[in-house]
Amino acid sequence: MMKYLYYPGCSLKGTGKAYEESLLAVFRALDVELREIEDWNCCGATAYMSVEESKSYALASRNLAIAERENLDVVAPCSACYLVLNKTQKSLQEHPDIRRHVTQALKAAGLDYKGTARVRHPLDVLINDVGLEEIARRIKSPLQGRKFAPYYGCQIVRPYASFDDQYNPETMDKIIKAAGAECVPYPLKTHCCGGSLTGTLPEIGLRLAYIIIKEAKKRGAEAIVTLCPLCQFNLDGYQGQIAGKYERVDLPVLYFTQVLGLAMGLPAGELGLQRGIISAAAVLAGR
Amino acid sequence: MTDIKERRNDTDGLPRIGFYICHCGTNIAGMIDVAEVREYVAALPGVAVSRDYKYMCSDPGQELIGADIKEHKLERLVVAACSPNLHEETFRKAAARAGLNPFYFQMVNIREHVSWVHEDKISATEKAKDLARAAVYRVRFHKPLDKQSVPVDPNVLVVGGGIAGIHAALTLANAGKKVTLVEREATIGGHMAMFDKTFPTLDCAACILTPKMSAVKSHPNITLWTYSEVAKVDGYVGNYKVTVKRKPRYVKEDLCVGCMECIEACVFKEPKFADWFNQGLGKRKPVYIDFPQATPKVVLIDPETCIQFKTGKCKKSCAEVCDRKAFDFNQKEEFKDIRVGAIILATGFKVYDAKRDPHYGYGRYPGVYTALEIERLVNASGPTSGEVVLRDGRRPRAVGIIHCVGSRDEKTNKWCSRVCCMYSLKLAHLIKEHSGAEVYNFYIDVRAPGKAYEEFYDKLLSEGVHFIRGRVAEVTDWNMTPEEEGRLVLRVEDTLAGFVRRIPVDMVVLATGLEPRADAQEVRRLFNIGCGNEGFFQERHPKLAPVNTFTDGIFIAGACQAPKDIPDTVAQAGAAAAEALALIDAGHVELEPNTAHVVEEECCGCKSCVPLCPYSAITFDEAKKKAVINEVLCKGCGVCVAACPSGSIRQNLFEDAEIFSEIEGVLAK
Amino acid sequence: MALEQKIKYEAERDRDFAQWVVTQTGGENLRHCIQCGICSATCPLALYMDYTPRRLINLAREGFKKEVLSSFTIWLCASCYACRVDCPKKIQVTDIMYVLKRRAIRDGVYPRRFPIPVLAREFGRMVFTWGRVNETLLVIDLFLRTNWFRFLSMTGLGLNLMRTGRMSFFPDSIRRRLELRKVLAALESKDEFRDWAGPVAQLLDEEVEP
Repeated sequence: MMKYLYYPGCSLKGTGKAYEESLLAVFRALDVELREIEDWNCCGATAYMSVEESKSYALASRNLAIAERENLDVVAPCSACYLVLNKTQKSLQEHPDIRRHVTQALKAAGLDYKGTARVRHPLDVLINDVGLEEIARRIKSPLQGRKFAPYYGCQIVRPYASFDDQYNPETMDKIIKAAGAECVPYPLKTHCCGGSLTGTLPEIGLRLAYIIIKEAKKRGAEAIVTLCPLCQFNLDGYQGQIAGKYERVDLPVLYFTQVLGLAMGLPAGELGLQRGIISAAAVLAGR
Repeated sequence: MTDIKERRNDTDGLPRIGFYICHCGTNIAGMIDVAEVREYVAALPGVAVSRDYKYMCSDPGQELIGADIKEHKLERLVVAACSPNLHEETFRKAAARAGLNPFYFQMVNIREHVSWVHEDKISATEKAKDLARAAVYRVRFHKPLDKQSVPVDPNVLVVGGGIAGIHAALTLANAGKKVTLVEREATIGGHMAMFDKTFPTLDCAACILTPKMSAVKSHPNITLWTYSEVAKVDGYVGNYKVTVKRKPRYVKEDLCVGCMECIEACVFKEPKFADWFNQGLGKRKPVYIDFPQATPKVVLIDPETCIQFKTGKCKKSCAEVCDRKAFDFNQKEEFKDIRVGAIILATGFKVYDAKRDPHYGYGRYPGVYTALEIERLVNASGPTSGEVVLRDGRRPRAVGIIHCVGSRDEKTNKWCSRVCCMYSLKLAHLIKEHSGAEVYNFYIDVRAPGKAYEEFYDKLLSEGVHFIRGRVAEVTDWNMTPEEEGRLVLRVEDTLAGFVRRIPVDMVVLATGLEPRADAQEVRRLFNIGCGNEGFFQERHPKLAPVNTFTDGIFIAGACQAPKDIPDTVAQAGAAAAEALALIDAGHVELEPNTAHVVEEECCGCKSCVPLCPYSAITFDEAKKKAVINEVLCKGCGVCVAACPSGSIRQNLFEDAEIFSEIEGVLAK
Repeated sequence: MALEQKIKYEAERDRDFAQWVVTQTGGENLRHCIQCGICSATCPLALYMDYTPRRLINLAREGFKKEVLSSFTIWLCASCYACRVDCPKKIQVTDIMYVLKRRAIRDGVYPRRFPIPVLAREFGRMVFTWGRVNETLLVIDLFLRTNWFRFLSMTGLGLNLMRTGRMSFFPDSIRRRLELRKVLAALESKDEFRDWAGPVAQLLDEEVEP
């Protein structure tokens, strides 16, 4: 049985609950074990690095130091966490002076950091470890006739594109197709949704979200499928305000794990489908 | 004041050495006490004559040496002066004139190595004495050597039939030399034949090129082998043996007159296959000719698409209709050997593959073209007869030309490809002229350095072409405003204005850069030359020897050396021809005798030396089981001498006795 | 019409600023910029910035420290990394933005009415205290500090989040909070910013207008 450590990140316990629910359900159904890292702390996302440098590396590497104790890969589904953890590993490798400070600080608290943990994305695990063949075998109710726009966002492919193409990623497309649905040709796969700016500066965030949703609708998508909890939140949560400022473009926003879970025959309740602010029920029923 | 010993026994049976120390004005004498050195050396064993003089390299100085050699029967010569780079040859010649073998001479550098790097006279003089003594000890062991003279074959091979190769071949042929011009494609003309007009004069490329192409074909001194490649190169400067592979056209070249009736008669009613010459925008049949002015004007068959070759069952109407009976479906590739004295490589460049920049959408959006594709489009003899139309036949209302695609980019090619700004201006002009579309040029810097280039830029400015300084981030088909609907949108920062702009166009032209050819590494190994770290052929010196390589007898010209425009290419081709002529007209090549040779009896046949030679000068005689050094190729680097485990390789001028005695001389006090 | 004089004298430049950026993580290639503008062209936020990324790099390189650190640009960066990926000179623009953000906080010269530095500070405080961030509480905290009206207009979203169970009013905490604080405290002297609460305390003491 395949085993991985699991780093949820703050979002997956909060607004991104549906992501965690569907991820755990799908991996469980695939006989892949995901065990939450003991006493993990916030990775710092984009905010902490704006204030402190070494401290933000230390914050992230506390998790890695804890994870290293077991010889397992870490799965980090949140794009920001995925990037921060990988970037921390790389930066500490490339800058021995920062590495020295950070490892000493961790040691002061009794933690050992060697930089051996591998941080991976669930898509990477699904495509490369589990394999599309295995996934195909588990599909019970393919989502025939459903059209989705695959939206990857930024931090999964930039600046490091380790398991997918940087300009035209396709791993999520493969999962969607494996689930029996169709991917519409979508030019904004890696266009920024605004990240944390939607919360602080809505004028900007609304426009970026609107662009993404409108283009998806124009290309014939019935829903947007994404892999980042903040992207999901930005696209899902503000459609009312978008309707007020631009035009009504109601489009449900799903996680790829929800799409896959449905195709695998898992019940909607287990996949957190009721948590979408824009309901996906009609689309999924084919109405 | 000089010291002279008259007879050989005065030098204790050692060879009689003449020592001369030069003042070089105050360059040496200002820091070194030349009299003291002179006197010191006079007392050394073997020194028969010891003099000092103000300027040894001058005529009187050289005459002094000559007179002394004769009068005092000198057998060795040492001059302590400036760098051998300057005057080793001078003094060797002086010795030779007086009847002394020039390699009995040793030079000591007490100017650059002592006087110019010391601030204290006493230590400078001591060092000068040490170095002089070392030379005196060494020169006893010098052997008489002869410069080898190798005759030069007067024929020349030119590889590559673009404008560089054509010009070089014509120049050499006009000078009376026999030239073989080998070209890989079925026609000469290279990239220039594909252009419509050339900058800055807007001369029609074909109009200026085709006369030269005809001249090549009809010149009695040029043997034109197209659809051919060089397969093997053996030999050395002045004496190359080259094997050329001639690919089968399935048409006899000497019979075909280029009437092209066969193409008309081909069983394929319509041309179906993407043609290379039109960059895939046009089509051709399996039997084809690249373009109407192709030289030689001979058709050829592509076995990949011809039904006869694929299935064996075609009525071969092409052959039937040919009243010259020129077709030969059984033609095989031929290998031909030629002997030449010099080789000029003019293999040209490759266009950057625009697919490597995925954000520009080449290959994804049909409205995105490369510059070379547009050249064919605007050309009156191109696939659209010069009409600027998109693949679906629509006329573009706006065209964006993106500069620096695949150039000035750490991710792809770091260099500037030199011609793209100019050809982008040219294409802007032609597109506007042919279609009236609104044209935007997106540049970072406009590089217009040549003669009349700035004037050309000014002309474009006056034509109302938009010049937006900014590198385009992406070409996309999603629109934000109604005017962008259904068009390609370019997002760019207008850096001069200071804000971001979105510009909808219908056609995007990528000014793709120039790269080394894909097989540059294989080709350079074939000819035993080097490539720079950017992949272009390596010149001997970027400023002073741009067409020579580090391999004597092999010259490079044109874009294969670095990206350049046509004027510079033609200039370099002429330069390469001149260098080849200099080599050939000298008639023979004199080789420095500081070469290595294998003492056969001592060679144990271990072959350690063979792969070490950077000049491929060592071969292994399988019959004798001994290593053999071709002294003509040997450049005297000494690697094999040092590596030989049995010490059986000797190097002239650097034999063990010479080196050890020099060391002894430096250390003795 | 008020005439404004816009001329810069050499005395206004900070001659060490460019070199300082070069020594920071990510600033290594600053001097190689050819001002092509692809960073601005690809930046989704460039249209809102007072200085586009390209222009900011130029200002930083020329030592116009005040303009650079008090710009809105650095705070508008969404860390999408599109600039870094497209830059033909491999300049790590995003990382330079982080460097400048940290310096702006340290020097106390950032735009006063901007919610983003406030968010950064509150985020940091929450992480220091609890080890994890509760999005709901963070956002409420931010709006209470910066913009009451915005807070009210967010009630729709708030209700939606409550309805779908995505909201939580309890701070999520790690067990070994002290362990984390020890780690962070050990780096107090290493960072350029002596005490995260130090420069932040400056922020706290000010009036932040809605």
